[in-house]
Amino acid sequence: MTATAEPEVGKARLRKEDARLITGQTRWTDNLQLTGMLHMAVLRSPVAHARITNIDVSRATSMPGVAVVLTGEDLAAEQGSLPCAWPITEDMKSPPAPALAVDQVNFAGEAVALVIADSAYHAADALEAIDVDYEDLPVVLDLEVALRDNDLVHPDLGTNKSATWIFDSAEAGAGTDVEAEIAAAEVVIERTFRQQRLIPAFMEPRSVVVDSSAGMFTVWSATQIPHILRWMLSAVTGISESKLRVIAPDVGGGFGGKLQVTPEELLCLLVARRMGRPVKWTETRTESMLSAHHGRDQLQKITLAARRDGTVTGLKVELLADMGAYLRLVTPGVPILGAFMFNSIYKFAAYRFVCTNVFTNKVPTDAYRGAGRPEATFAIERMMDELAVELDIEPMKIREKNWIKHEEFPFTTVAGLTYDSGNYEAATARAMELFGYDDMREEQARRRADGSTVQLGIGISTYTEMCGLAPSRVLGALRYGAGGWETASIRMLPTGKVEVITGTSPHGQGHETVWSQIVADRLGVPFEDIEVLHGDTATSHKGMDSYGSRSLAVGGTALVQAADKVLAKARTLAAHMMECDEADVEFASGSFSVRGTSTVRALGDVVLAAHVAHDLPEGMEPGMDADATFDPDNFSYPHGTHLCATEVDTETGMVKIVRYVAVDDVGTVVNPLIVDGQVHGGLAQGIAQALYEEATHDEMGTLTSATFADYLVPSAADLPAFLTDRTTTPATSNPLGAKGVGEAGTIASTPAVVNSVLDAVRHLGVRDIEMPMSPERVWTALQGRPDEGAGEVAAGGLGSIDAQGGQS
Amino acid sequence: MIPAEFKYLFPSSVDEAVRMLAEEGEDAKVIAGGQSLVPVLRMRLAAPTALIDIGGLTELTGVRDDGDSLLIGAMTTHYEVQRDHLVHDHALLLKLVTDTIADPQIRHRGTFGGSLCHADPAGDLLAPALALDAVMIIAGPGGRREVPASEFFVDYFTTALAPDEILLDVRVPKHTGWSAHYEKLNRVAQAWSIVAVAAAVQVRDGAISAARVGLTNVGSGPVRAVDVEAALVGQEPSASVISEAALRASTGDGYKDNLARVLTGRALTAAVAG
Ligand SMILES: Cc1cc2nc3c(=O)[nH]c(=O)nc-3n(C[C@H](O)[C@H](O)[C@H](O)COP(=O)(O)OP(=O)(O)OC[C@H]3O[C@@H](n4cnc5c(N)ncnc54)[C@H](O)[C@@H]3O)c2cc1C
Repeated sequence: MTATAEPEVGKARLRKEDARLITGQTRWTDNLQLTGMLHMAVLRSPVAHARITNIDVSRATSMPGVAVVLTGEDLAAEQGSLPCAWPITEDMKSPPAPALAVDQVNFAGEAVALVIADSAYHAADALEAIDVDYEDLPVVLDLEVALRDNDLVHPDLGTNKSATWIFDSAEAGAGTDVEAEIAAAEVVIERTFRQQRLIPAFMEPRSVVVDSSAGMFTVWSATQIPHILRWMLSAVTGISESKLRVIAPDVGGGFGGKLQVTPEELLCLLVARRMGRPVKWTETRTESMLSAHHGRDQLQKITLAARRDGTVTGLKVELLADMGAYLRLVTPGVPILGAFMFNSIYKFAAYRFVCTNVFTNKVPTDAYRGAGRPEATFAIERMMDELAVELDIEPMKIREKNWIKHEEFPFTTVAGLTYDSGNYEAATARAMELFGYDDMREEQARRRADGSTVQLGIGISTYTEMCGLAPSRVLGALRYGAGGWETASIRMLPTGKVEVITGTSPHGQGHETVWSQIVADRLGVPFEDIEVLHGDTATSHKGMDSYGSRSLAVGGTALVQAADKVLAKARTLAAHMMECDEADVEFASGSFSVRGTSTVRALGDVVLAAHVAHDLPEGMEPGMDADATFDPDNFSYPHGTHLCATEVDTETGMVKIVRYVAVDDVGTVVNPLIVDGQVHGGLAQGIAQALYEEATHDEMGTLTSATFADYLVPSAADLPAFLTDRTTTPATSNPLGAKGVGEAGTIASTPAVVNSVLDAVRHLGVRDIEMPMSPERVWTALQGRPDEGAGEVAAGGLGSIDAQGGQS
Repeated sequence: MIPAEFKYLFPSSVDEAVRMLAEEGEDAKVIAGGQSLVPVLRMRLAAPTALIDIGGLTELTGVRDDGDSLLIGAMTTHYEVQRDHLVHDHALLLKLVTDTIADPQIRHRGTFGGSLCHADPAGDLLAPALALDAVMIIAGPGGRREVPASEFFVDYFTTALAPDEILLDVRVPKHTGWSAHYEKLNRVAQAWSIVAVAAAVQVRDGAISAARVGLTNVGSGPVRAVDVEAALVGQEPSASVISEAALRASTGDGYKDNLARVLTGRALTAAVAG
């Protein structure tokens, strides 16, 4: 590795992207205006389950500005089925998933008809003039009720069960038999946890523009996955992939919510093809909440076997996972991503995971920040606390007793993964020091003794996650439809400037900055001279896009490999230019020199020589560009220890986070500022699951949390100042040593908060409180009353304007 | 989000506004700061045929001293109320309540009158208006009339305003030297009150000489806690008097009943303290 005088890697650079984003200079998808552009509006089903008996579009068709009104029947022959790329089992049941409902709707919010008009205003007005007759079908909402198969979401399938996926450590040869461990255990603890349904709530609503001019289809979309989208759109429509160009311009957040091939993307493409004119669709916030995929929604039954000394001997996980009404791109696989993480940082002898995927009449679920791993981490961290209480052992001690010691790495877990590196002791020691753990425990004891109305709780979450998705062979073994490699290209321009092309697709992460830092160090060129191109299949012809904390660990590695290829070729040419043996060429700070002499050639001169190609070594091709693709051998495993102190007002049930410490080990840090940002945002999102956010439905299946007045996303005003620090144990699975940080905060924080709240009130007789831990739920639990799962109390606002508001 | 089509009118006097409202008929609406109406329009929960924007009527903006009362123009923004010296000196409770509304951006647009006319039971200004015996001064085709707060708030999102009437000013009796507090429980900063309690107390010679207590979001409109007020008057402002009185904020055993009692106790404790 060569470096400039002051290494870029490790520098807290302000982001290159920010000026254009903050000053509104960028162009989002919705800002695009094309000549002759039409606007699409989508009529959505108000009911969760019904047969469509008639659609009358005659009035709408004659409204001002309307070009055409289309129903599912009109598109039935060409729309095919939206793709599901992850058939988790051979016999997985997957219903056809039309982008536009044809004769039946299966969730409230499903697209039923399209208006195509000359303006977004005319399109919206005409929507109201479409008359649809629905014949109600029984609505299936509850997972356990669905499992009984009395009423079916898709009668043709004959069941609401999509698939059952099993991992068993005894069968896999990774551990012992869990039933035997449970039978022999000194202590068995069984708990059921609910992972509520969440809405990704990205800031930029989804938007699509399709231009069908010049014999090509250009699709702009606010997506995380331009490459996968191009492939899938081609597969569904039969349009040649070579005739499809997908562009993801600046994209305002995704959190997994834009890891999708959406009905609207497909519909815009079909409409543009049919009309021969450009088409735009941009959703409203409520439309987004009603139709973009949701996250989480699992019922977790967990059985833990242990010895009285606190050693855990076995873990059995039985999940019901709510698919919603259809299987979208990776819907069935999301809970499976958690399968390998329930054992977390611990050494359990036996482990069994059984997940049943279930259909309901709700919005399909799919990836949401952490995807499967937050659910797993929540369950095991809650269980470690339950075990600590049962055995009256200090909760950190019980974790310490079971976790993998730093000298035991690499360690192959009971779930069959090999953790390459980690140091749980170091992260925990640092977190406890920052937190003032012992003092906090003393304060807690004081308040308990005083019978204070404001009790203090301390919550622990020691976590790891698997990210850097993913070794392609592992994905293959899991029956995922694609690979997990990533690609990068470097183009050395004749003026010495550098273009970097990446197959990752940033949507808020700051890859332009970080990728520039990596290349600047590698090639010794100034940070400012590097331009990072992404998100356009015409410039970045292949890639696997951004999700699963993969971009740096996998895409960054491809970039390092590409840079090394450039250097290797440049070294050969430099030797030729300096008339020396290649073995005598040294590279430092962007220049080649001949060892022991003053002969020097700047990289820029070598690049120019390669470009003009006047005098190249025998057989060398002109130019100094390089492509590289990296397929990881292993996942990467960030870990850390989070500690959360909450005050619980026992009179109102209000929870306040008074201290939050996060010590994360994400391996090598390229840009600490960006890492801090990822941690802060991740914490906010995980805390939100613990305390605030929940997608709620009425008994008819109508989403009652379809505005931000009802779906409570916290802001900075609601969150504490986070105390963050890092330990650094570089990953050994990639040359950067990076592990990934995109999901860590979200994964770790939810159980830290919930454990903390329970720790505050457990001595008052409370055993559990469902998420989100609203003041009413907390207070109700404190009254010793069963939580009827009732909706929240009135909170007015838009929710109270809308008679169907979730907080009526 | 796109509202249904409407006509937009911008009157330059109150008389013109009243005339326009009458001419445009039942489906016309006044728009003030738009912070409640625009969301309703955008979600197409309402589709008025005409919007009469009273934002140009400068005579409806600002706070005036009117002897024993303040006159607060309906178009006075939350931001202006927060910073007004007359409000601070003579109706401190209103300032403290307004401090808790939404965020700075919304407080710059949302208006005092708009909040009262919108009559969202979770809106924060209803309870203090009721508790402070505010009187609404209203203009309509038949001239002007005055309606006390106790008759103004009729039901959820419903006031005594006729469709062709406009709220001009709100008369708020001076509560000079009273101490006050607004105790609001909401889940996140931008969420509405689950329950909130507005309290103002006057302490003279070591005893509570008068008290005003209003509850937010415990019913279809604001609620005046008269039993609590009665239990306080003539008593010394001690912890036991307050906790005893606060119990009278509600008799039920639901969550909101509990909050009404707890938050009343806290509001009164904070008010007498400072
Ligand atoms: C995100 C958000 C958060 C909010 N949080 C809070 C909060 O915490 N607490 C709170 O109390 N409020 C909150 N609000 C509401 C805010 O205070 C509004 O400003 C207020 O409710 C309405 O005032 P406005 O001037 O915007 O009225 P508009 O929205 O313009 O009008 C509201 C209604 O009143 C009628 N109207 C308005 N003025 C008159 C008049 N002079 N005569 C006759 N009719 C009239 C209109 O026709 C309409 O029906 C919030 C609003 C938003 C958008």
